[in-house]
Amino acid sequence: MNKIKMSVQSVPFFFTADNLKQAEDVIRRYPPGKQAAATMPLLDLAQRQAGWLPRTAMDYVAKLLRVPLIRVYEVATFYTMYRLHPIGRYHVKICTNLSCWLCGSEKIVKTCRDVLGVNIGETTLDEQFTIEEIECAGACVNAPIVQIGDDYFEDLDSDSMQKILEALKRGEQPKAGSQSGRQCSCPAGGPTTLQSSGPESSGPVKGGT
Amino acid sequence: MPKLTLTIDGIAIEVEPGRTVLQACEQLGIEIPRFCYHDKLSIAGNCRMCLVEVSPGPQKPQASCALPVADGMVVKTDSPMVREARRGVMELLLINHPLDCPICDQGGECDLQDQAMAYGGNSSRYHEEKRAVADKYLGPLIKTHMTRCIQCTRCIRFMTEIAGVPELGAVFRGEHMEITTYVGKSLESELSGNLVDLCPVGALTSRPYAFTARPWELRKTESVDVLDAIGSAIRIDSRGKKVMRILPRVNEDINEEWISDKTRHACDGLLIRRLDTPYLRQEGKLKPVTWTEALTAIANQLKALKPEKIAAIAGDMADCESMIALKDLMGSLGVVNIDCRQDGAALDTAVPAAYRFNSTIAGVDIADIILLIGTNPRREAAVLNARLRKRWLSGHVEIAIIGTPVDLTYPAQFLGDGPETLIELIEERHPFSKKLKRAKRPMLILGQGPLTRIDGISILSFSRKLAENANMIQEGWNGFNILHTAAARVGGLMLGFVPGHGGYGVTAILDQASRGAIDCVYLLNADEVNMSTLDRTFVIYQGHHGDAGAKRANVILPGAAYTEKNALYVNTEGRVQSTKLAVFPPGQAREDWKIVRALSERMGRPLPYDTLADVRARLVAIDSAFAAVGVTPAPAAWGVFGEATSFTDSPLRTRTDNFYRTDPISRASRQMAECAEIQAELESIKQDRILSQEREND
Repeated sequence: MNKIKMSVQSVPFFFTADNLKQAEDVIRRYPPGKQAAATMPLLDLAQRQAGWLPRTAMDYVAKLLRVPLIRVYEVATFYTMYRLHPIGRYHVKICTNLSCWLCGSEKIVKTCRDVLGVNIGETTLDEQFTIEEIECAGACVNAPIVQIGDDYFEDLDSDSMQKILEALKRGEQPKAGSQSGRQCSCPAGGPTTLQSSGPESSGPVKGGT
Repeated sequence: MPKLTLTIDGIAIEVEPGRTVLQACEQLGIEIPRFCYHDKLSIAGNCRMCLVEVSPGPQKPQASCALPVADGMVVKTDSPMVREARRGVMELLLINHPLDCPICDQGGECDLQDQAMAYGGNSSRYHEEKRAVADKYLGPLIKTHMTRCIQCTRCIRFMTEIAGVPELGAVFRGEHMEITTYVGKSLESELSGNLVDLCPVGALTSRPYAFTARPWELRKTESVDVLDAIGSAIRIDSRGKKVMRILPRVNEDINEEWISDKTRHACDGLLIRRLDTPYLRQEGKLKPVTWTEALTAIANQLKALKPEKIAAIAGDMADCESMIALKDLMGSLGVVNIDCRQDGAALDTAVPAAYRFNSTIAGVDIADIILLIGTNPRREAAVLNARLRKRWLSGHVEIAIIGTPVDLTYPAQFLGDGPETLIELIEERHPFSKKLKRAKRPMLILGQGPLTRIDGISILSFSRKLAENANMIQEGWNGFNILHTAAARVGGLMLGFVPGHGGYGVTAILDQASRGAIDCVYLLNADEVNMSTLDRTFVIYQGHHGDAGAKRANVILPGAAYTEKNALYVNTEGRVQSTKLAVFPPGQAREDWKIVRALSERMGRPLPYDTLADVRARLVAIDSAFAAVGVTPAPAAWGVFGEATSFTDSPLRTRTDNFYRTDPISRASRQMAECAEIQAELESIKQDRILSQEREND
């Protein structure tokens, strides 16, 4: 018989008391008998707790929701954001899709490789960083961007990327958002429209028009 | 509801609403190619092979398997658009399919091969690299070659829907999608062998049969199975002297189109430990002898004994012809100690309804309450369990269990474990009684476990009373069902192979034999009696395998297994069915009734039949049902049976036999031994997990 390999996949997994409470809240959002709908949020919660999704965590979620194990495996393997193998504490996801690439994502990739000393898809020896290419992160207006954890770091260049990584290495929490100083997704060089005052008012038109 | 009229390829046809275009085409006999569609499974619609042109509608081909018929539809199944679409789909499917038909076990019976010939192009335009997928472990019966998989998901749907063991799934996505258990464990299902039939390509093939034969070399014999009492329709594929494999045939009344793993894969046991020559025990050792010597030895022994010193027991795999021959022979000697209930089950023979599955197996489909008493159909009749699960899936049914709560693949309400619960139900003191009262077609299924208890006769009587009180016996509906585990049992009871006036039953025969009051016991295929009680007895064993009976025997008469004779068996419903000779018995072995006939000749009391037709005529004379082979039996008349005597309120246990090792054939099978070993391993893992969980909870 094919013996299941004992590995990191078998680290015991249980929700912490806080997470269990949160999980129960999630399950309550769905009608009775439809707990299976909570699979994805619960897998996410488990991944946040463990840093990745060991098989024990998937088994635990399946048992919690009373669905067959394979149904949870199917979901967890389908979505790339569920991590099925251990990764570094900081998961650096570099967008290399069209907009970011046009704005210099190749330089960002190079910076990450140089600073961290690992290739795409690899984890540093101290298990702090994993770098990975992702497809469009949906923030083209602030390209190039990098996602670390839940935060987007936008308008990057080699210097700002390096600073972010150095800060993380020191255990600091760098400021998320645009690194070039612009506000959200306002035009990079300052406002380009609504600059002149209208005939009847002295400032830009306020309100919803 | 009024039927809908549509036109398919210029032919007008009336179809019931709710059917699909594909089904409508089938009604007309028009072949629609398909891979993912299977009429016993839910519709997936992912292979796109069944495209047809439909108007009114968008100007593009549509998947006919998932398209419900509508009034006035015009369907074209062979237009240029359809042909081109199918060719395109086929080309797409073949992009990642290896061109390894010469080394593929599915070759010659492969849907993809056939349909590529009929609907595909003549060459490939694909020059890039093909996808490769690692093979998966699905247990000892299924060989995988996952690169060949076209992801029709039939196997996933079968495991989830029919087998009720959701262990297969599709992980990853797009081009990387793989069919797997993910954890690489053996499928915990008694029906897993059916995956091999369902797989339209060579991704899942039979492991035991791997690389042993090509379909065109095999001789196909349509027969029935005797390894359980369901009597599933099977096809025996043989080459030369060897049964190469066993496949299911469609019989909607019994097995639909599934068979259990034991039925399918115990066939390697047909060549192992076979008795191929008569043996005689001389100076404590079994020595091969000629038929004449063996029969003479028996004749001398039997002639020297008074009839009350002789007994005969028919076992689980005895056919009707041999049982009637043995019964007639014993009758001519004046022997009354005969019994076909080797497990000692308290089955009543006076009323046929008392030992039959009266609702019929197809009747499960219309029952609205199903009460399982001391039975685990998953182990005792795996195909019936699939039917029960199908009934549960279709809804509006309550399934309840009295006895041991087990995982049946569907939820069963646990009512209680002992006869006391039965009495509560009879007297309507149980909370479940209200539901029973409201039911229109309630049924109960009584297993062999409770009947083989010392108080079995009381349990039988309680079950009868419950059937009567709970309105299970109605005009046109009989909800009282006995689930047998032995293929020979109903036949034996119909023929009256039971103790005559003043005769002993199995328990008493063995008891008397151990005390030396019975000197000679004739075991016809009987291996499951306690052989240690026969230490002082002259044992004649007639059978096909060197099992417990042959080990103890003084004389061994080699008989034919069910694949080697044309013989009648009666399934648990009372349906008479015939096995067919696929291969000849090995060596000196002979058809069983002929052996008894030869023995009667040797004893100077020849039986009055010389041909199979004569024996069949004798059977029909006893019960006219034997004339109607293969048909659903006529309902049996109801009557009073069983006897409410004393009983103990201990749990009604199900039979504890290992599913894979119930009879001489499966016990001889290496394949079944492997299955049993793996099952034991899985059980122990489960036990460990439960224990460790309990420890954690403490």
